[in-house]
Amino acid sequence: MPGITREEVAHLARLARLELKGEELDHFAGQLDDIIGAVARVSEVADQDVPPTSHPLPLTNVMRADEVRPSLTPAQALSGAPAQEQQRFKVPQILGED
Amino acid sequence: MTVTDLVSYEDALASYDPVMGLEVHVELGTKTKMFCGCSTELKQDANSQTCPVCLGLPGALPVVNEIGVESAIKIGLALNCEIAEWCRFARKNYFYPDMPKNFQTSQYDEPIAFNGYLDVQLEDGEIFRVQIERAHMEEDTGKSTHVGGATGRIHGASHSLLDYNRAGIPLIEIVTKPIEGAGARAPEVAKAYVAELRELIKALGVSEARMEMGQMRCDVNLSLRPHGREEFGTRSETKNVNSLRSVERAARYEVQRHAAVLSSGGTIVQETRHFHEEDGSTTAGRIKDNAEDYRYFPEPDLVPVAPARDWVEELRKGLPELPRLRRARLKEDWGVNEHDMQSILNAGAVDLIVATTEAGAPSDQARKWWMGELARNANETGRGLDELPITPAQVARVAALVAAGDLNDKLARQVIEGVLAGEGDPDTVVEKRGLKVVSDEGALSTAVDEAIAGNAAIADKIRAGKVAAAGALVGAVMKATRGQADAARVRELILEKLGAEG
Repeated sequence: MPGITREEVAHLARLARLELKGEELDHFAGQLDDIIGAVARVSEVADQDVPPTSHPLPLTNVMRADEVRPSLTPAQALSGAPAQEQQRFKVPQILGED
Repeated sequence: MTVTDLVSYEDALASYDPVMGLEVHVELGTKTKMFCGCSTELKQDANSQTCPVCLGLPGALPVVNEIGVESAIKIGLALNCEIAEWCRFARKNYFYPDMPKNFQTSQYDEPIAFNGYLDVQLEDGEIFRVQIERAHMEEDTGKSTHVGGATGRIHGASHSLLDYNRAGIPLIEIVTKPIEGAGARAPEVAKAYVAELRELIKALGVSEARMEMGQMRCDVNLSLRPHGREEFGTRSETKNVNSLRSVERAARYEVQRHAAVLSSGGTIVQETRHFHEEDGSTTAGRIKDNAEDYRYFPEPDLVPVAPARDWVEELRKGLPELPRLRRARLKEDWGVNEHDMQSILNAGAVDLIVATTEAGAPSDQARKWWMGELARNANETGRGLDELPITPAQVARVAALVAAGDLNDKLARQVIEGVLAGEGDPDTVVEKRGLKVVSDEGALSTAVDEAIAGNAAIADKIRAGKVAAAGALVGAVMKATRGQADAARVRELILEKLGAEG
């Protein structure tokens, strides 16, 4: 049975930029392991004739003509930004000092 | 930063065999972004071309741009790839401020095009086949401006500013299979491949592929292995190498650097490296994340793309002549040597010359003007030939006026100068500047008589049979007519009047 270890949860938390305390890692590792186990049961009933699916609707080729539509104004685009400068989104330092 | 020791290129090649992988990103020339209708026009106001989809706002639904898909298929076909019957987009998850969604919509294990090749011609004419692994669809990131550090670099910056106008512009990433067997010519192969790919993309009309504008960017992956070993060494990935010359230099530098590290008993770290135009060196960037850290998964907001076979075949039929074959054909037609053809190519003059001949000019005349006067002007004014305010049809008209004897070369140059200065089309410039060759025999005859009278000593020499002296009188007439006389006709008149045989 596939499962997930506490180390893997800690790794994923780091990738997702989530700060988890030790007891939270224990807690979520157990819960996630249960969930993965439950989902894995699907593959027990899915036989060769059932292809993996990523979309519930049997649709393909939904495309859009290459025609320009109005964009937001810069003010609208920036309205949710915690900080802005020179009509741009302002973000904290990307690289730490090294 | 420490100075990296290098071994000489020859020594590196004596011990090691280079293996390369090239990843090229091409920004498509679509009017709108890959998954939304925002304009892709360059140099617009910051954040004036964004919407909920490309900003990744909750609830926004992307829809794929059909020209984006069509362009990807055309590129795939031109690279002799198979086109997927069915493929999906995938989310590549990572946190970086240039991607407002916190994931890039890309393709993972189901690229739209795969398993192809591109034949490239090296400088000595040898054809080298570069195998293509895949070409897939994805989207560009936003543009960062780093504030507070030295010369805009990310190192030492206090904060960064983001403009998302570019975020979501369609990109096609083209990945080669490992390029083996190029040996010492690996850097040359890398350059020739990127050059050929650029020509191909332009010929397909899917992008202008201007490297200096970031419309085409290359990553050079390189590793060395000792001669005789099958297994690849650890590779470095030099990012954003953005000119043909830099591609060659980056590959060469990495060969020398790897060899220095390996032969001193060190190990190559798998990392991204930054290329520096100033001295052709590379420096370490971040240690590469493992692929699984991107946690790719199928994009649930987009449905699969399943290109109908008849559509694919229709696109295949519409493919243009391959640039390499077209070049060979034109070289033959024009009767030029490899070196001249290369100069024409480097100057970006091929299409202009073709258009000029199509407008009626003989190819030697079209070449002469584009590679001479016009190339000089473009060079002096820091423009591309295609940016000059003169059309191939106008150049053809100038050539026609010369052929008809209405202009001589000197006057033709003045006409071109006038057209470039915005004075109008060639006929208008001729009219306004009064540049017609003086073909009025009466006026010419008078000018010749005056020249003879004013240079009696020279005239005597010519009468005595010293025909070569006629040049001085021709010069005098040309001066008197401000260059507007037909020099050959002037010479004839002089000899005739002085009773000398030409």
